[in-house]
Amino acid sequence: MKILVTVKRVIDYNVQVRVKADNSGVEKENVKMSMNPPDENAVEEALRIKEAGKADEIIILSVGEDKCQETIRTALAMGADRGIMIKANDDIEPLSVSKIVAKIVEIEQPGLILMGKQAIDDDSNQTAQMTSALINWPQATFASKIEIEENAAIVTREIDEGLERIKVKIPFIASCDLRLNEPRYASLPNIMKAKKKPIDIKSAEELGIDVKPRLENIKISEPPTRQKGVMVADVAELVQKLKYEAKVI
Amino acid sequence: MSILILAEHNNDEVKASTLNTISAASKLGKQIEVLVIGNNIEKISKEIANYQYVTKVLSLDDQNYENAIAEKIDPAILSIAENYSHIFAPATTFGKNVMPRVAVKLDVAQISDVINIESEDTFIRPIYAGNALATVKSNDTKKVITIRPTSFDVIPKEGGSGVVEAINFESSENHTEFVDREESNSDRPELSTARIVVSGGRGLQSADNFKLISDIADKLNAAIGASRAAVDAGYVSNDYQVGQTGKVVVPDLYIAVGISGAIQHLAGMKESKIIVAINKDEEAPIFNVADYGLSADLFEALPQLSSELDKLNSIEK
Amino acid sequence: MEIQRESMEYDVVIVGAGPAGLATSIKLKQVNPELNVCILEKGSEVGAHILSGNVFETRALDELIPDWKEKKAPIKTKVKKEKFLFLGKKNFFSWPTWMLPSVQKNHNNYIISLANLCRWLAAQAEDLGVEIFPGFAASKIIYDDNNSIIGVQTGDMGIDKDGNSKDSFEPGLNILAKVTVFSEGCRGHLGKEVIKKYNLDINKSPQQYGIGFKEIWEISDKEHNEGMVMHTAGWPLDNSTYGGSFCYHAEKNQVFIGYVIGLDYQNPHLSPYDEFQRFKTHPVIAKILKDGKRISYGARALIEGGFQSLPTMHMPGALIVGCDAGTLNMPKIKGSHTAMKSGMIAAETINEHIKANKPLSEYENRFQKSWVYKELYTARNVKPSFQWSLIPAIIFTGIDQIIFRGYLPFTLKHSHADHESLIPAHKAKKISYPKYDGKLTFDKTSSVYLTGTNHEADQPVHLKLKDPDLPINYTLNEFDEPAQRYCPAGVYEVDRTNQNDPKFVINAQNCIHCKTCDIKEPSQNITWVTPEGAGGPNYANM
Repeated sequence: MKILVTVKRVIDYNVQVRVKADNSGVEKENVKMSMNPPDENAVEEALRIKEAGKADEIIILSVGEDKCQETIRTALAMGADRGIMIKANDDIEPLSVSKIVAKIVEIEQPGLILMGKQAIDDDSNQTAQMTSALINWPQATFASKIEIEENAAIVTREIDEGLERIKVKIPFIASCDLRLNEPRYASLPNIMKAKKKPIDIKSAEELGIDVKPRLENIKISEPPTRQKGVMVADVAELVQKLKYEAKVI
Repeated sequence: MSILILAEHNNDEVKASTLNTISAASKLGKQIEVLVIGNNIEKISKEIANYQYVTKVLSLDDQNYENAIAEKIDPAILSIAENYSHIFAPATTFGKNVMPRVAVKLDVAQISDVINIESEDTFIRPIYAGNALATVKSNDTKKVITIRPTSFDVIPKEGGSGVVEAINFESSENHTEFVDREESNSDRPELSTARIVVSGGRGLQSADNFKLISDIADKLNAAIGASRAAVDAGYVSNDYQVGQTGKVVVPDLYIAVGISGAIQHLAGMKESKIIVAINKDEEAPIFNVADYGLSADLFEALPQLSSELDKLNSIEK
Repeated sequence: MEIQRESMEYDVVIVGAGPAGLATSIKLKQVNPELNVCILEKGSEVGAHILSGNVFETRALDELIPDWKEKKAPIKTKVKKEKFLFLGKKNFFSWPTWMLPSVQKNHNNYIISLANLCRWLAAQAEDLGVEIFPGFAASKIIYDDNNSIIGVQTGDMGIDKDGNSKDSFEPGLNILAKVTVFSEGCRGHLGKEVIKKYNLDINKSPQQYGIGFKEIWEISDKEHNEGMVMHTAGWPLDNSTYGGSFCYHAEKNQVFIGYVIGLDYQNPHLSPYDEFQRFKTHPVIAKILKDGKRISYGARALIEGGFQSLPTMHMPGALIVGCDAGTLNMPKIKGSHTAMKSGMIAAETINEHIKANKPLSEYENRFQKSWVYKELYTARNVKPSFQWSLIPAIIFTGIDQIIFRGYLPFTLKHSHADHESLIPAHKAKKISYPKYDGKLTFDKTSSVYLTGTNHEADQPVHLKLKDPDLPINYTLNEFDEPAQRYCPAGVYEVDRTNQNDPKFVINAQNCIHCKTCDIKEPSQNITWVTPEGAGGPNYANM
């Protein structure tokens, strides 16, 4: 079985994101970029499934500008086998990405697709669900545990109410939660090896996919800063305020 | 055309997120119809019909829909989608699971986690974990949208006069089976989704003293949080950590006790609707973001708060 | 438990991808493309741990990559105007620029981000075939039986805070090389080890350090003056504390504003961070920043000892270059060009060593014949003269630099190491710093937030205390635990929630790798070691 894992290059989660003064976007110049954190969990899970003898090839797919090859290399250095990079604008929408993934599925015929549950830049949380609907495979979103069986898998999902377990037939698509596993580090020898692993580069046009955006970013602005409120004299006053003024208790 | 709202419920009770979503939709001043999909949902369908703004409830009641399996729900929505200009669902794990499927099948871009509605086609949503806000305009004919519940008030549960209409839809999907659900300990809500969070910092001075926090949390049915300093000091495990490297929470009420308000902590809770800070140090930065500040020794304030809450509860009973 | 480690072999391994290390690697590949060269960089990417003013003198780069303009080096803003101000509390006196010593004139220099220059240099190096590994810290030196250096070991990854290996454990490996180059920047932890081990600083003055702060502000059009370089001395420091500010107007309406304070300050109540914050409230500075917005913050120790303190830079199997050795030119307030040149000289030495078996000690001869040596020699008396306090030092510097151009027939010595300079807290004047206003001045934690620093939480603390009880049992009483104040990132706290039992808290996750604690701790009780690779700040355009 082949596993297809999607990875996205995003501003590193440690970087304090700054909105540009002209409200056209956030500052990305010379900012540290990394693999989207839950995508690392997806790569790690694929490696573990392969190491358990349940898969034989891991393909890494990334959609974006040239530099997303670095992100693919990171995944290859963790142990994945080869990469596919689809050139597109970095702000490509999930709708278009899911169409690209669907097309790659048609070409590569994987038995499992793993994605991060959400990209930490646009926070859309859509691509896995959209892809699932497009290719008509079962979906297991927000996965915190994946147990592969003969023709199916039991997936534990992190839902608002707690945990839910579902059984999905293979092939299926899962979106991975941060709690799924602890991603490994890429070792130096593996980074060297990864430099020689193949990455196939295509454009969205070559795949025949229209990636025209549907949404217009009118502006990107800073969230309003909170104003200092009032000081209360004692606990009794606090409770009164919470009860009758803020009405939150 | 009117707005369709996908209700979130557990067949027995309507989730508050549905009320927030109706409230968000009401900003557009259009007719609002609610789709309820589940098993034995007669009672909640009627209940929703009475909600303010609701003109019609479409009830798809079948044992096939006992558990919210996304692949079964989206075809049902799509079967009636042509009648609506907007389709809304709460941005909870339920809504997030289903709505992108609806959007892709309609070939439209979904707008996720909307916190403000500017007009019929323009919405505001947080990106970069709330560090920036995007104002986006949709050029699609239909708008598929998920709503961040905590950004909109709940609507009154009465005042509406909607009708309930049963609908039928046969779902052929059978790839996914529900196995079981383990709802987290219901005495204590999940930190990331709780309506009220009570957090303790290093001011608590010990793991033992954290029971002062849990006592208040019990009385408010709140989740417990902690600052990194408290986690580092070993008072609680890092599952409780709120902040940049911990969880980001957006409750209606966040009570920070003995937390100075390091910016990394603020990053995890500054979107809360109401923030209360209790701290001995009047200069603590937490007071700069607090709606209500109380400068007091927490070892005196928390027992007082506990007994005030008791008083409040006994009046209500 | 003995860990099985893999090895990788190179001709040359370079520790640290700053200007010195990158220049070394580029020059090596230029003189011999066949050499296998790798660079280990502890930052998450090249540039992530680079912080500098920076007014850049292109001399070394002109020699290394003469067509840097065509190759689009990020060196764009030429210095157009210069000012030097002496600040009083509310007023100032502008020193005529024609009266500045020539070393302090910048008309041929550029205002740059050194982090971005390093990113560009790294791309040039990679084009030449240098292998750069960001996110990998060289944690240990490997010696052979003859006490020669044969390489370095990268840090283990995936160790929990108690020292046990986690699921993700990945052992560090041995990078073996014919020659190792230490280019870690000021107070590199391996550099410190080799200087001690091989007595490289014997007969030298004690090394001198400073702590430098930098903020990037986006300011209003009205106040912005691209190409303007301004330095100040005086307020808020008293006359016995060495330091001053810089304010460089870069492109895109940005100013780089910063402050440098000599770590030989004596008052343990002094907080370098707060001196910098209050400096910004001076009317001259506040006016520039008034409608602006702070977008970056960072701090780094810098090396100020110069000629008198410069150690021997070669040892068996290795060289030490740039600020790791101490090639900064203090009166010029510049170290990037000298660091690069010291690396280029290293590359030539190494090539001859590998090719013709010439000894690495040749480095010394080459260095002494170079312009770096001359620069450092003529600059040597400026910094030590400040031991006599500000006014005599300025008069002396005028005579030394303007009349004698650095060739006075004697060399002043640095009298003591920085950790020896503090006087006991009860004898020192308390300093009360103004409250932060959140507009011009900011608390430490919001500042640290801007550095993007982080360290995997579950790992051993990388700031080691030789004696864990010393901070509370001695340093707190004697010096009011100055770590609380000299650390620019709020790593050290004395937690007094329980008044009878104060605790010394190390928030190692906040560390921005400036090394000040390792330098200034009065008993040398704190040792900075490498945390897990990729930890530390994520500076963008510093």
